[in-house]
Order: sequence, then C-alpha cells, then structure tokens
Amino acid sequence: MPPMSEYLLLFIGTVFVNNIVLVKFLGLCPFMGVSRKIETAIGMSAATTFVLTLSAILSYIINSWILAPLGLEFLRTIAFIIAIAAVVNFTEMVVHKTSPLLYNVLGIFLPLITTNCAVLGVALINVQDQNNFLQSAIYGFGAALGFSLVLILFAALRERVNVADVPKPFQGSAIGLITAGLMSLAFMGLTGLVKV
Amino acid sequence: MIVAILTISLMAGLFGLILGYAAIRFKVEGNPIVDQIDALLPQTQCGQCTYPGCRPYAEAIANGEAPINQCPPGGQATIVALAGLLDVEVLEPNQEHGEHHDIPLVAIIDEATCIGCTLCIQACPVDAILGSAKHMHTVIADECTGCELCLPPCPVDCIDMVPIKQSIDDWKWPLPTLSEEIVHEH
Amino acid sequence: MSIKLHKFHGGLHTEDHKKGSLISGLQQATLPAQLILPLKQHIGDSNKPLVSVGDRVLRGQLIADSSSAISAPVHASSSGIVSEIGARPVPHPSGQSDLCIVIDVDGKDESIKQKTSPIENLSGAELIDKIQRAGIVGLGGAVFPTAAKLARGNDLGIKTLIINGAECEPYITCDDTLMQNYAAEVVSGIAYLQCILKPENTLIGIEDNKPAAIKSIQLAIEKSPLSQTEVVSIPTIYPSGGEKQLIKILTGKEVPASKLAFDIGLFCQNVGTCVAITRALEHDQALISRIVTLSGNGIQNPGNWEVWLGTPVSHLIELAGGYKINQAKSQHLVMGGPMMGFSLSSDAVPIVKASNNILVMQQQTIPLTPGYHDECVRCAKCVEVCPAQLLPQQLYWQARAKNHERSEEYHLFDCIECGCCAAVCPSQIPLVQYYRAEKSEIRTARQAHFKSDRARLRFEFREQRLLLKKQQDEERRRLKREALQKKNPKIPDRKVEVDPVQAALERVKARKQTQAAEPRNTTNLTPEQQQQIEEADARRRAAREQPK
Repeated sequence: MPPMSEYLLLFIGTVFVNNIVLVKFLGLCPFMGVSRKIETAIGMSAATTFVLTLSAILSYIINSWILAPLGLEFLRTIAFIIAIAAVVNFTEMVVHKTSPLLYNVLGIFLPLITTNCAVLGVALINVQDQNNFLQSAIYGFGAALGFSLVLILFAALRERVNVADVPKPFQGSAIGLITAGLMSLAFMGLTGLVKV
Repeated sequence: MIVAILTISLMAGLFGLILGYAAIRFKVEGNPIVDQIDALLPQTQCGQCTYPGCRPYAEAIANGEAPINQCPPGGQATIVALAGLLDVEVLEPNQEHGEHHDIPLVAIIDEATCIGCTLCIQACPVDAILGSAKHMHTVIADECTGCELCLPPCPVDCIDMVPIKQSIDDWKWPLPTLSEEIVHEH
Repeated sequence: MSIKLHKFHGGLHTEDHKKGSLISGLQQATLPAQLILPLKQHIGDSNKPLVSVGDRVLRGQLIADSSSAISAPVHASSSGIVSEIGARPVPHPSGQSDLCIVIDVDGKDESIKQKTSPIENLSGAELIDKIQRAGIVGLGGAVFPTAAKLARGNDLGIKTLIINGAECEPYITCDDTLMQNYAAEVVSGIAYLQCILKPENTLIGIEDNKPAAIKSIQLAIEKSPLSQTEVVSIPTIYPSGGEKQLIKILTGKEVPASKLAFDIGLFCQNVGTCVAITRALEHDQALISRIVTLSGNGIQNPGNWEVWLGTPVSHLIELAGGYKINQAKSQHLVMGGPMMGFSLSSDAVPIVKASNNILVMQQQTIPLTPGYHDECVRCAKCVEVCPAQLLPQQLYWQARAKNHERSEEYHLFDCIECGCCAAVCPSQIPLVQYYRAEKSEIRTARQAHFKSDRARLRFEFREQRLLLKKQQDEERRRLKREALQKKNPKIPDRKVEVDPVQAALERVKARKQTQAAEPRNTTNLTPEQQQQIEEADARRRAAREQPK
C-alpha cells in the first residue's frame, strides 16, 4: 500500500494540477450552462460532488469485483453508465425533496449529470490508471472538488462580467468562453505545484 | 454470453430496486416552488396572462408550461425577478398580453353615473369596491390593484382607469444617463 | 479628563472654504413680503393644513399638523394673511412643487399670546410632548422629528449623549456661528436632553477648525451646572459630522449595519436642535427660524443669517448683496453643501427646516458636463475613502445593472451618501446619484411587493369567504327543508345537489313515458266503430278526387 503522502499528492494533484475542467476539459457543459449565478453553481457543485464520488467508488466495485472476475471487461462502459444513471436519479430525487428551487433551477442539467463526461471520464481514468479502492475514491472526490472550485469561481467571475461594460460582439457566452480560457491559462501555472 | 446478460440484468435489477425505494422515500407533495413564484407576481388577479389569477400562472411557470413574460402589470421588473429566481434568460415583455403602465392604474367610479347594480363588486377579486344595491359604489383606491376586471360588467360604463396620483414622496432619483452624443463629442 | 479619539475608515481632507461666510458674524434677516411654508418639512408622514385662505395668522401659530407619531407640525413664522394654499416649488431634488401655505406678511410681527408654563416639574414624557408641539426636527440635515427620536431613545435607554457640532462639509458655517452666538442656549438644550434621556456622560464633538466655537461652548459649560459633559475637539476630516462617523471617532463603537445609534445606547443630536429645544421649553417658542449660511463664489457678501422659515431664497440673496453675475442661468444654486447638497431649480423656493446652507456657484466654475462621465478604470480610490467601508465600485456596477438583490448584498443601504467616492473618482462618475437611484428603485420595489402581498391576502380571504357563504347557504336550505318535512311529511325530499338542467330533462322524459303509456281513443274499438271510421275515410278520399 502506498504511503499517506501519495494519497495527499493524488488529491491535490487532482484538484489543482490535473483539474478535470480546465486541464482535462471534461464536464464543460454544466461549466458553461449553470454558471450564471453563484447560488446555482454551488448547488450544482454539491450535486456533482456527490455523484462523482459515489460513482467513482461504485465503478471501482463493479469493475474489480464483478466485471474483472467474470472476464466481462468489454461491458465496462455500459455497466458504468447504469451505475452512474442510478446515482444521478437518486441524487435528483434527494435534491427535489430537499431543495425544490435548486431542482427547478438546475432543470435539465441535473439529469444530464449522467452524461457529464467528467463522471464517466473519472470512472474510466480510474480503471486506466489501475487505482486501488482508496485511490479511486480520492480521485473521484478530488475531481469533484476541482470541478466545484472552478465552477464557483467561474460563476463569480461571470456575475461580475455580466454587469460590466462588455463590447457588444463579446457579450454573453463569448466573454464567458474567453474568461474560461483565461482561467485555464491560470490553472496551467499550477502545473509546477506537484513534481511528478 | 449468458453470464454477461445475467450480470447486467442483475445489476439493473438491483439499482432499480434501490431507486424504487428512493422514489417512495423522497416523494414530493405538490410543487413548493409555486409559492416562491407566486410571491413575485403582482397579485392583480387580472388574468391578462390567460390564466385565471396569479397562482395558476405561477403553477404554469413552475411546470414549464408558460414563459415568464406574460404578466403586463408586473412589467420588466417582475420578469427580471422571475429570471433571477429560476435562473433563466430575461425576456422582453410579451405585448400580446397587454401593456405595462409605469405608473400603476386604479379604478375610479363616476359616482353620478353609477346605478348601484353591484356587478362590479362581484367582479372585484380583492374586495376593493364598496357599496350596496341601488346605492352608489366607490373604489378603495389603496386596495385597488388596477386589474380592470370591473370594467366589462358595468352596464353604464361608469368606471375609468386613472394613473395613481404621484406625490413628491414618490419621486425616484433618476439613473445618470450617458447620452451617446455627449460620448461621441468627447 | 480627556478621552481617546478613534479614526473611522477613509474620509477626505477637503478645502473647507469656510472663512468667507464667517467674517460678518450672525446677521438678522429682514421679513420678506411673503412667507412660503411647505406643509412637509420633515421625514415622516404629511401634515394637513389647519388654516384656510383669508385667515389671519400670528407668529408661532400652528398652521399645519398631523396625527401621526412621526411628523412635525408647522407654525407661522410671522403674522399676516394666508393668501394661498397650493403647490409651490419647494427645495427638493426633484425640483417639483408641493403643497405650501403662503402668508402675505403684514409686517406687524404679532405673536400669539404665550402662556409660559413652568417646566421644572415636568416629566420626561411631558418635555418630549412640548418638543413635539414646537415642531422641532433634527437640524443637522436629516430633519427627523426630534420628539419621535427622543421617545424611542428613552425607551431603549441611553448611555452616552453625543452632541454633533462637527459641521464637516465645506462652505457651511451655520453651526459654527450658532455655537459662537448661542452657546448658553446650546448648553441648556443639552441639559434638557440629559434631563429626558439621563445618559451617563455627554460628549460634544466639534472639529478643530472651529476654535472659537469650542471655546465659547467650553465657557458656557463652565458657567452651567452640567456634569459629565465634555467638549471634544476632533480632527478635521470629512465626513466626521456623519452620525455613525462621529460615534466612531468619539467612542470607538461602530453602529451595526441597518441599526441605529440608539440600538447601541447612543443618542446623537445636532447643536442647532439643542437651541431649538431650549427655546421651545423655556420660551414656548416654536421652530420658526434657523441660521442659514449663504456661501459660494457666486454671491456678493457671503455670511450667516438668522432667517424666518418660509423666506424665499431670492430674498436672502438680496440681503447678501445679490449675485456676482446677474444673468439668467449664470449661477448654480445648491441647498446643503457641495458634497451632499442638491441643486435648486430656482431661487423662488423657500428656506425650510432642513436648509443649513445655500451655496451659490458661478456656472462657469463648475467643471462637470452633466450627463457625461468616463468609464470606471477600477482604480479603487473610492474604496479607500468610503467611510462606511463599502465597495463603491461594485455598488456602481450593480446599481447600473439594477441588480437589487446584489446591491443589497453589497450593503447599499449602509451608504450614507457622503459623496467621498464621487469626489475622488478620476472618471468623475456621479456615484452617489447611482446609489440614490438604486435605493429609490429598491424602495419602490419593496412597496410594490408589500402591496401585492396585501392583494394576495385579500384575494385569498375573498375566495374563502365566498366558499364559506356557499356552504352556509346550502346548510341553511337543508335545515329549513328538514324542519318543513317534520311539520308536513308530504313534502318530498329534494336533493339540493341535483343539477337543474338534468332535472328538467328527466321531467320531460318522464312525461313522455307516461304519455306513451296512456290509452289513445283509437285503441280498443268495436267493429261498428271501425266500420264507421273506414266509411268516413272513403268519403274523404272521394271528395278529394272529385274536382279532377
């Protein structure tokens, strides 16, 4: 079993250096879609964190305890999607019960977490990197935190940009994408944080 | 092959069971967001949105059946508030449903013409008209929402809509306007 | 005894421009030909006129009042005939007109007969009542009815009484003049406030650019029996005269957001109000005059005048030797100081309780092109000077976008509109005007929301009432029918719920059925009758065929 510092490194590396959104460019759809208001972004972050962490763990269990012993690795994608869809559906019900407003505001983006490529991506990367159980869980949680961090930061930026004087051709999504690009550049600066 | 089918079916069945239980456990009664939408509507109960009152319109918005720009009395301010609540794009008011008046209107009864038929009293959704049969009626201006629902039933057309009288206390500081010409001069 | 002074965040060192109006001391203004008294000269609810056109009124006579707790009555400033009660231009940022009582002054200046009652034995509440009847409002500029403020402060309990003689805004010297001339009255006013509020100690804050005022107040205190009262010379920095800022300087305490001074046991009152309180209590004299500074580079002889309320500004300007350049639109009139004042539409408006200063500026010396400002360059100078520790730049963006929710999150309502941010802005953005506009937008929205909540309640109540009435009607009908049936069992039981249309249709159907069942007169015939019918038929047929 790798030492504790390995896990810490993996966690910090996932959140900042290999940020799922700004470095790996996964999960861009909710990143652009639900970043208009900070409150919504926080809600989305919470839901995605829950789904990502849980589905990373579930996928590991399915892959190494069911699919691998039975030699059914070719069913990985479909099995993962089933697990993710179930977790998302469950989350949707919980959100609907606990925060109807958030449920309404997130709208289509909530069920669409299923097709959020970050979720499936994290599960597949876990398999590819041959992470163990704890590593998979940490990787899932770290990716989710990284996603939340940039989503909330981006929402805050967009809120300010929204009320500023933006030249007409750049208004709306255009300035949003430029902002996202600049954020991505900024996150590249964190590459030196962890020596691989 | 059989193993593959069995595995996937078993997994699907298991998740199905969990979800089925969750659906019962987390059942939502009604739609609580309706209250929040209803709180932002001006409560004129005028029906210009084509729904019979503000709450039905709120329900329609909550269910995604109606756009947020069908409320003329609320005007742009209500649209902005609803867009903020529901995190959707701000729309232009839909002119088909009626015109927004910057200064709200109130009904006023021409007391000389009124025949005391009580039809307007029955039409008023907020009990803002006072009077009894064969006696002159009058509008309680403070309570009138300006919904115009009392206009059609009146047999002698003695009700008019007038803008609320503005006093010096109602005056609003204007936003400084950056006029385009001055900008160009500079 | 000396206290430790504190500093508030930000603030500005401004050029004070105060010398010009201080040279000539306090002058008594003459009576104008006409007094224009707006019915509402305070914050709160409107007054109703108590006189009518043609009435003769005397000095100090009550001419307008309200039953509301937050209001201040208006008194006639001199004797004369009421010539008009109608809309006249008033000093208001909108430049609009408001209801005023116009008095044609007769020059006799007759006073109403005062029955001066001894005040030694009066309780606090009775003193407050007397202050209310004298129409006293905060003369520092906020014009909040003093009696209402005192009553509230009395309820909450006051530890420290703070007397505001800071007068930090440039050009204004009316409080300075007042303290130099009426020091004894200021001090006895403080004594009355102490008598009502019973504070542990009293601090009088005066900016150190007014040594003469500090000295005269100190002398007056020494001569008086006041204890636990101290004059504090505070550093000159704008806006030290703001209530929350003065409290911070003198006590180090910060008034929490959206709270008021008396919520933390402090009570702030302007020196001018103290004089008005003394006059009201000792001489039963209503608030009918105040000291007004006339200053600026557009006036011949700047100075301070004791002016009758209702005097037109034009009369005061004549007293000061008129404008320097006597052309239309060559001057810009401001009521209040250059930082917080507002433009006057004309010099026909009257002096009111809030008028501390009339600033006359030559139009060409005002640098701003109205309506134009540069873009915000995000230099954050405004953040450095904001005495309320807000983020003026963020407030500006949110106000421009009319984003009420975010404006309030950035504490728009803690802005005291001191104008520091606008004064330092390199882009000359009229920031305060943005905030004022946003504030009034939010207030309007709140009012609309209040109204819609009320409408919803009334609507729901009506729905319930109609439903209840329907149920009661049905119940009443059912009971009546039951009672009738008891008396006369023959009356059939009628179901109330039956649809009348359905019932009618059923009745028709039933009648048809009975008709079908009834025997017709052509059934059950004997053979002879049958034969007769046939013969008759044959005759009819023959008769029809014959004409052919």
